[in-house]
Amino acid sequence: MNESGIQPGFYAAPGSRTGIFSWIFSTDHKRIGLLYLFSIFSFFAVGVCFGLLMRLELIAPGRTIVGPSTYNAFFTLHGVIMIFLFVIPGIPVSLGNFFMPLQIGARDVAFPRINLLSWWFYITGGLLALLSLFTGHGPPDTGWTFYAPYSIRTGTNVVLAVSAAFVLGMSSILTGLNFITTIHRMRAPGMTWFRMPLFVWSVYATAWVQILATPILGITLLLVIIERLFGVGFFDPAKGGDPILYQHLFWTYSHPAVYIMILPAMGVVTEIIPVFSRRTVFGYKAIAFSSMAIASVGYFVWGHHMFTSGMSDVARVVFSFITFIVAIPSGVKVFNWVASMYKGSIRVDAPLLFVLAFIFLFSIGGLTGLILGALATNIQVHGTYFVVGHFHYVIFGGAVFAFFGGLHYWFPKITGRMYNEKRARLAWLFLFIGFNALYFPMFILGWEGMPRRYYDYLPKFQPLNVVSTVGSWIVATGLILLFANLLRSARKGAAAGPNPWGGTTLEWQTSSPPPHENFGEIPVITQGPYIYNPSKGKGHGTA
Amino acid sequence: MPALQTSTQAVDNIFLFIVAISVALLAGIVITMLWFVVRYSRTRNTEPEDIEGNLLLEIVWVVIPLIIVMAMFFYGWQGFRFLRTVPPNALPVKAFGQMWQWSFQYEDGRTENILTVPQGRPVKLTITSRDVVHSLFIPAFRVKEDAVPGMQTHLWFLPDTVGEYDLFCSEYCGTGHSSMITKVKVIPASDFDKWYAEGSAERKGEAKEGGRELLEKKGCLLCHTTDGTKKIGPTFRGLFGSRVTVVTAGKEHDIIADEEYLHRSVMDPQADIVKGYPPVMPPQKDNVSPKELEEIIEYIKGLK
Ligand code: HEM
Ligand SMILES: [Cu+2]
Ligand SMILES: [Cu+2]
Repeated sequence: MNESGIQPGFYAAPGSRTGIFSWIFSTDHKRIGLLYLFSIFSFFAVGVCFGLLMRLELIAPGRTIVGPSTYNAFFTLHGVIMIFLFVIPGIPVSLGNFFMPLQIGARDVAFPRINLLSWWFYITGGLLALLSLFTGHGPPDTGWTFYAPYSIRTGTNVVLAVSAAFVLGMSSILTGLNFITTIHRMRAPGMTWFRMPLFVWSVYATAWVQILATPILGITLLLVIIERLFGVGFFDPAKGGDPILYQHLFWTYSHPAVYIMILPAMGVVTEIIPVFSRRTVFGYKAIAFSSMAIASVGYFVWGHHMFTSGMSDVARVVFSFITFIVAIPSGVKVFNWVASMYKGSIRVDAPLLFVLAFIFLFSIGGLTGLILGALATNIQVHGTYFVVGHFHYVIFGGAVFAFFGGLHYWFPKITGRMYNEKRARLAWLFLFIGFNALYFPMFILGWEGMPRRYYDYLPKFQPLNVVSTVGSWIVATGLILLFANLLRSARKGAAAGPNPWGGTTLEWQTSSPPPHENFGEIPVITQGPYIYNPSKGKGHGTA
Repeated sequence: MPALQTSTQAVDNIFLFIVAISVALLAGIVITMLWFVVRYSRTRNTEPEDIEGNLLLEIVWVVIPLIIVMAMFFYGWQGFRFLRTVPPNALPVKAFGQMWQWSFQYEDGRTENILTVPQGRPVKLTITSRDVVHSLFIPAFRVKEDAVPGMQTHLWFLPDTVGEYDLFCSEYCGTGHSSMITKVKVIPASDFDKWYAEGSAERKGEAKEGGRELLEKKGCLLCHTTDGTKKIGPTFRGLFGSRVTVVTAGKEHDIIADEEYLHRSVMDPQADIVKGYPPVMPPQKDNVSPKELEEIIEYIKGLK
């Protein structure tokens, strides 16, 4: 105990090493989770800076701050960093690593050393990506999608950037493998599948996508490297290759990857709602099964990224059909979340504020997805700013807002201290308003025909671009407020106690921060997780 | 629904249909959510009630959305079928994308950078690319199709109103992507016939193109200038015979810009990169014939 009455928990168990080495060589899932948390948010900060620079360039037509080649490098790096270094590892490697073992009543993951190895792969991939900026003939300028044959022909440093994505893929596969094994083998006694918290279900579904889809990306990227280095014609028609084949391979991974980004976020949302409504979730099984449904049907819709690619018309119709089917389980989740507040006893603290914003923004992202999924309308909006608006609503408004909600929700457990609620709400307000100002105009711009990845645009598009750029400044302010508050509270916040929210899942049954091996004695589970009615029991809480 | 006339109608009808339903759904979700938050706030409702589910309700909110999205799918498909069924009387034009300009070839071989079409007659574009993937996009007509090297794709539209419309490239294709813009000029049918006949007559005269025209037509001047200023690439003025610092396979050295150098720089631009410029120029092998190249080099020699 220190003077504030907070026990140091696992922070006092550095293992055999000290200083930074007690983190980068630790096999404790909580330390690795935090290590990842800092790593991914460092890259997030870099990605945001590129985003702000792009918005600044786009405040007026023509050259504003940089030339076209630099702008093209900006959106490539922004995309590569945000996708491969931030959201894909995202919630699973940070909050998942920290809380999934706690929630199932385990002392660690199944393979603690592989867990550490996957962080090392991650950081190697990140450094390779950074290296690609400063070496070779200029930073990569292909967009994060590396479309062939442009990626084969451009003189910029594509091989290094692609290798980075390849190494990051290996990291992702190892994490998936580790989590599946952990969830199968390490649950506490009595923790049956349908007694698991729904966050665990979502991490589980995600892990399957990680290990099944990621190898396809690996192979595709390897083919690009081979074609560039040895001139073997896989994708470039000048060498007898097929550019459409590249697109198929790329999206076969990259559509399921969207679920790697969003499923864990849905899990976080499902944890937060019952705690702040003080009632059980509505339709536990529907939520669990819809995660698995999304994870499996999601493999068969990649062609919706290719409706104008020259793919056969029959294929376009089939992919459109399946795309509409996969919309259903996501819709079901939204209805279940809202219903889970019915007749609750609701307190709107910052975590729930982020969840409410999530439901609103994710719904807009999902509904605009219907316009993209319908064949006739896709023709107009494909490849335009409409798409940029759509995926920021889903990934930033969805996945990242839920991530922020989770950070606030679990902050007292991670640090033992409470964040400042007033400042958290202020940050939320800036983020919510700024977000809509930044991205909503993009739907209109796209519908009016402004293509994406445009360094320059026609003067008629300027007014909405100015709104969007001003929005980006409001978002930036919100982000600074949010992280300043969390970092300050981590040192100065009031002691939070083991269970400040009155949660019923297992992580709240141990001290804050948790001790080295999580639990003094492994608990025995007799009920489902979300039980708030005292006459029915205490969920996973000790009776 | 009345019979569709134009691709714009085909797309806008279904767009409005989806937007209307989406707005209704979003409003429903948000209002319900906010109402719950207010009505069941902890100050108003201290005693929560555990409701674990309701099978009937859950079936309803799977089935109704399923019907809605199937309707969206179906209308989207219907519109798409219209967009893909080319009327038999359509004017055939070939469209070529290349870094970073469009060219359009009419049946008599006439080639233009602006797409001029007659009002009231459907136009069918057969699209391909000479280098990387591009995408031909005319927002006013709600049509778009990728230009893929080694492959022919198509689209059609009915230009029903006289005017000028933007035509964009909407698949990222490198440094000049956002300047790969041109116009669709819709003119009255009689004007078009006249314009077309004139072009054919001119072609018979076979006016030989000089270096200057070639530089414009082949897209060189999108990145280079002839007046001594830098753009994306170095200027052509004073280039011939000058000493240029280039990077070859990572090593810097000086080179005299002779004919051979100019030749290599056009056909295999990645061989030597002029110091201080990005290595973005695409090889012109498929774009510029040897004879045209000679013409261009002669012209550059003259730019003192
Ligand atoms: C302040 C925050 C952000 C700003 C200002 C911003 C801005 C932008 C803009 C303007 C573009 C379009 C560039 C173009 O098409 O020319 C873009 C693309 C993109 N953004 Fe963001 N963004 C932000 C946050 C995020 C986040 C949080 C993610 C994901 C986690 C993300 C993922 C992407 C991706 C994948 C692209 C596509 C890049 C490409 O076309 O290759 N962005 N962003
Ligand atoms: Cu997709
Ligand atoms: Cu382009």
